[in-house]
Amino acid sequence: MDTAKFEEVFEAKLAKNDFIEPKDWMPENYRKHLIRQVSQHAHSEIVGMLPEGNWITRAPSLRAKLVLLAKVQDEGGHGLYLYTAAESLGISRDEMLNALLTGKAKYSSIFNYPTLTWADIGAIGWLVDGAAIMNQVMLQRSSYGPYSRAMVRICKEESFHQRQGYESITHLAFGTPEQKAMAQDALNRWWFPTLMMFGPPDRESPNSENALKWRIKRETNDQLRQRFVNQTVKQVEYLGLTVPDKHLKWNEAKQGYDFSEPDWDEFKNVIKGNGICNKERLASRNKAHSEGAWVRAAAEAYGKKQPEKEAA
Amino acid sequence: MNSNEALFNYTLRLGDTSLILAQRLSEWTGHGPFLEEDLALTNIALDILGRGKSLLEYAAQIEGKGRSADDLAFFRNEREYFNALIVEQSNGDYAKTMLRQAFIDCFDLLFYTELAKSKDSVLAGIAAKSVKEITYHKRHSFSWIKRFGNGTEESASRLQHAFDELWQFTGELFEMTETDTILIKENIAVDLATLKPMWEKEIQELLREAHINIPETTFMQKGSRQGLHTEYLGFILAEMQTLPRMHPTAKW
Repeated sequence: MDTAKFEEVFEAKLAKNDFIEPKDWMPENYRKHLIRQVSQHAHSEIVGMLPEGNWITRAPSLRAKLVLLAKVQDEGGHGLYLYTAAESLGISRDEMLNALLTGKAKYSSIFNYPTLTWADIGAIGWLVDGAAIMNQVMLQRSSYGPYSRAMVRICKEESFHQRQGYESITHLAFGTPEQKAMAQDALNRWWFPTLMMFGPPDRESPNSENALKWRIKRETNDQLRQRFVNQTVKQVEYLGLTVPDKHLKWNEAKQGYDFSEPDWDEFKNVIKGNGICNKERLASRNKAHSEGAWVRAAAEAYGKKQPEKEAA
Repeated sequence: MNSNEALFNYTLRLGDTSLILAQRLSEWTGHGPFLEEDLALTNIALDILGRGKSLLEYAAQIEGKGRSADDLAFFRNEREYFNALIVEQSNGDYAKTMLRQAFIDCFDLLFYTELAKSKDSVLAGIAAKSVKEITYHKRHSFSWIKRFGNGTEESASRLQHAFDELWQFTGELFEMTETDTILIKENIAVDLATLKPMWEKEIQELLREAHINIPETTFMQKGSRQGLHTEYLGFILAEMQTLPRMHPTAKW
């Protein structure tokens, strides 16, 4: 078959909503786009362990400590499925890891913001995981089979995390005045960074067009952002907190809220590496990796000696 | 000391040991030597934290003074904690964390297997659930000790160093007090003297496989049964208790 014929089969599968599987022919751009998207997603899970891990030893109740520890572990698990899904596209885990550690690969910018108080842990679960789910629900139906299946599993766990985050914020919002102030402060700091998670506005999103065509994405950044705001404002009101946006206003005609755009200069700056935690996050990953080198070497050396022992 | 007080002290000792160990292990989360190992160690921390929570809940109930498990965890001072000294020791490198874990897993498997036969049905229930978990933990830590002892020169030397730091804290695991005496008579507590030779045999075998020599005599530290600790505990509690102490009336 020539390339044109392969392409025809590929397009037909997309048209029928069939999955593309690892051994199927796929256009090189499709493969590249997916490797970038899936590996970035995996890196985000792994780096995402750090801001929340920051509070495990300080969680204020035994139950909160168990919930947080389990949540951070789930994120590591998500990283693992996603690395495996990316490997099925022909890139090795070492290559991906190396790209992360050298700063070549990107991960979700949200994790370059610091977790300053305990309320940030609730806010991350409620807002950041809430925004992530909105993106990820759509990805459960993405055209690449292994990615889609990984997302089905991840979405179940993320919804659970989001409920836990909301529950944690609820305790604060209905707790002592100091707790409520802590919750409002967290909302003030996380609101706009969370809106940035949906990516640049559609008018400036360079990767969206192909992604939609290939069914790697199924809705635009702005559509998802609007849906998130509509859903979250009601929760903020229930909690008796205030969205930190004086332009937020219900728009009857579009049956949705009008709201201010996040500061896209800040967004670009954090992506460039200038967030307050960018250097620390990368340094933490590098430290764990380099301090673990002797452990991995010992396991490998021991593994190599085993068959000799058995043979002897 | 009446038997209710003894049961409270005993359960608190077990709960504190689990909680402080879990606190230490969870420091590794997100910083493990590779992803699979990070997940495994976090899983172990979760099991041990879950056990600590159950034990402290039971201790609170035995005490019957209206304190909750969280009150016990977050509102007691250094001198009121009774965890074994070995669990509060710093994580150090992965050899030290794993050797500490191997010493404890070996002890815990023997201990909780016996405690599962306790006349106290709550302790017996917690113990029976724990035995399944500890069986896996022990397989994990023991296999790392063998890898380190037989891996590279560096891993063997790190393991030896870890041993030199930790061995002095193992003797205390078997120390018994009036609390134990009272509860052994009632078939509630485990006679630690009977576990000691079994623990020594298994650990000697493991260390022999890992090429670590056990010195003929070592001075063994003790103190935790009286709430006397190493300097580490104060920092662990300062970090762990900060929020509840700042907001004493808050619910989380």
